[in-house]
Amino acid sequence: MAKVLVVTSGKGGVGKTTTTAALGAALAQSGQNVVVVDFDVGLRNLDLVMGAERRVVFDLINVVQGVAKLPQALIRDKRLENLWLLPASQTRDKDALTDEGVGRVIDELRSRFDWILCDSPAGIERGATLAMRFADEAIIVTNPEVSSVRDSDRIIGMLDSKTVRAERGERVEKHILITRYDPGRAARGEMLNIDDILEILATPLLGIIPESQDVLKASNVGTPVTLNNADSAPARAYTDASRRLLGEQVAMVVPAERKGFMDRLLGRRAA
Amino acid sequence: MKLLRLFGGREATAPVARERLQILLSHERGLLGQTDLLVTLREEILAVVSKHIQLDPDKVIVKLDRGKTVSTLEVDIEVPNNFDKKVAERRMAG
Repeated sequence: MAKVLVVTSGKGGVGKTTTTAALGAALAQSGQNVVVVDFDVGLRNLDLVMGAERRVVFDLINVVQGVAKLPQALIRDKRLENLWLLPASQTRDKDALTDEGVGRVIDELRSRFDWILCDSPAGIERGATLAMRFADEAIIVTNPEVSSVRDSDRIIGMLDSKTVRAERGERVEKHILITRYDPGRAARGEMLNIDDILEILATPLLGIIPESQDVLKASNVGTPVTLNNADSAPARAYTDASRRLLGEQVAMVVPAERKGFMDRLLGRRAA
Repeated sequence: MKLLRLFGGREATAPVARERLQILLSHERGLLGQTDLLVTLREEILAVVSKHIQLDPDKVIVKLDRGKTVSTLEVDIEVPNNFDKKVAERRMAG
């Protein structure tokens, strides 16, 4: 049974695209058939983070408008054969996406894949509402920071009212994913801690991704962080999160950077 | 307290963040029912103005601010330069 999962946040720059790529790759690594869909029309970036920017020929809008067939627009990942990308268009014509058109494409994707990960644009306008419209589950990416938590709250309200499931009186299963978390700063009371965020948003936690240089390193080379350095702290955190999505019970720990001998000797703190 | 901070070096700001968010969100959630009203207002205002002026739909902002005694509905529409000339031209042509 295919699942449509939207990765959303309201606020920009919190790690939606990084998360879509990393979880997509992690799910594919565990044998699932996965497609990641970029809904950020006009500002597409998932292709770049996935390292497929030079292979884009057709995009979501072309498929919605019937200019291209779905198989023509799907790009197969070079590293994982069961991971695919449906890119967004670079033109600013976002009115080209209609509810019905996107619904048709999502239905076709449902027949081909186990997981359909929709990378939402920032904001609460049309692109973001379309990305969440057909979702069965949602990941709300949140930074431990007041503006991000506020926007997450707003997005949660929209997931409960503007989705097809909500309109049918059903639930969209929601998960919070906290990114850019610094356990040291949270312990010193300089950063909102996990319990604060979960209490405020009243939504269950999917995972905690620590602040890490590995995220930038992975996007620099166009590889999802879970594939680029599988042993890094964010990669392990994303892999744990993907296992929870598949229904496994995985203890919730914040993976720490593995310190080298010199770091230990000098007592350097991670991050 | 300040002396403590002086020795402690760092200030715990997270509790302030938490409290501010709790107050703010309890207020905003109360207004949640209003969201649909604002969307409807925005769409209808856009439709009326668009009959006469070509608009970028993204440049129409409708906000509702709740005050203690009065509330204000703020409508902010950005129109392109020379829109009035274009309207006049169209009338002449028509």
